[in-house]
Amino acid sequence: MAFDTFQELLAMGGHAPYVWSAWGLTAALLLGIVFHARAERRQLLRQLQRRARREARQSAPAAASQPIQTSKGGCTNDA
Amino acid sequence: MWAFINKLRSPKWFYAISARLQPWFWAAALILIVTGTIWGLAFAPADYQQGNSFRIIYVHVPAAFLAQSIFVSMAITGLVFMVWKIKIADMAATVMAPLGAAMTFIALFSGAVWGVPTWGTWWMWDARLTSMLILLFLYLGVIALRGAFASRDSASRAASVLAMVGVINIPIIKYSVEWWYTLHQPATFTITGRVGMPMEMWLPLLIMVLGFYSFFIALVLTRTRSEILRRESNKRWVRELVEEAN
Repeated sequence: MAFDTFQELLAMGGHAPYVWSAWGLTAALLLGIVFHARAERRQLLRQLQRRARREARQSAPAAASQPIQTSKGGCTNDA
Repeated sequence: MWAFINKLRSPKWFYAISARLQPWFWAAALILIVTGTIWGLAFAPADYQQGNSFRIIYVHVPAAFLAQSIFVSMAITGLVFMVWKIKIADMAATVMAPLGAAMTFIALFSGAVWGVPTWGTWWMWDARLTSMLILLFLYLGVIALRGAFASRDSASRAASVLAMVGVINIPIIKYSVEWWYTLHQPATFTITGRVGMPMEMWLPLLIMVLGFYSFFIALVLTRTRSEILRRESNKRWVRELVEEAN
């Protein structure tokens, strides 16, 4: 340990404002970057899931009527 | 070999392999940075000339290393994208730029703050300081270019070209302290450790540098995965993935 007490560690031998502002900015930016990456991923997944659900709802009635249309189409093609 | 390259360029394959790799890099980054922080701030001996202000080195040097390495990585991924049209390279380059800008800012800010007690000034138009400031503007330029085009492909090509041209600045930064030795001292940290720096100061610095590099790799893996989801959201495998998660 380079310091005898915790107060001495905080004081940094009179260089506290320099040491702690440089370290503080670094810590804040690194943490901010990590939280941003997490939030970005969550938000994207939520957005894509919402879209998937919306598309599933929209295609549900269409899917119900689809077999009739395709069988019709299939018939005319066969003929 | 070609099979491997073809795999490498597939976003689906990258998405799968990066899922397995990223926890290791995040864990390494966390362990190394926490260890290096405690060691560097509390246990490394004070410098006989600079006192405790020298502890700024443990954030200054790793950030400055990363700032330059990320720009070189961006130039390489830019070249790969331009020559082989590999989309995954462009996605990685996209997420590298803001991190590189952040690292350059940390290096400049911590250097300025360190300069006050050490040099008696926070800024001088010294070659190293100026070329680092140019690096910050190059990063901001790359980020701005990506947002300046309606077409993604044009934006990617413009950003790639700026990265490939701007990389000329990297050797200038590296050798600036030798070509024009005005204020900033030459490198005190080398991987080989053959420098005028005692082991108990050098080891925590090495740990911090490795921690920052792990952080860079981890973040690029994680954010490239998000970029894949964003750009490939209409691909079948992404839709299936989203449905499974639902």
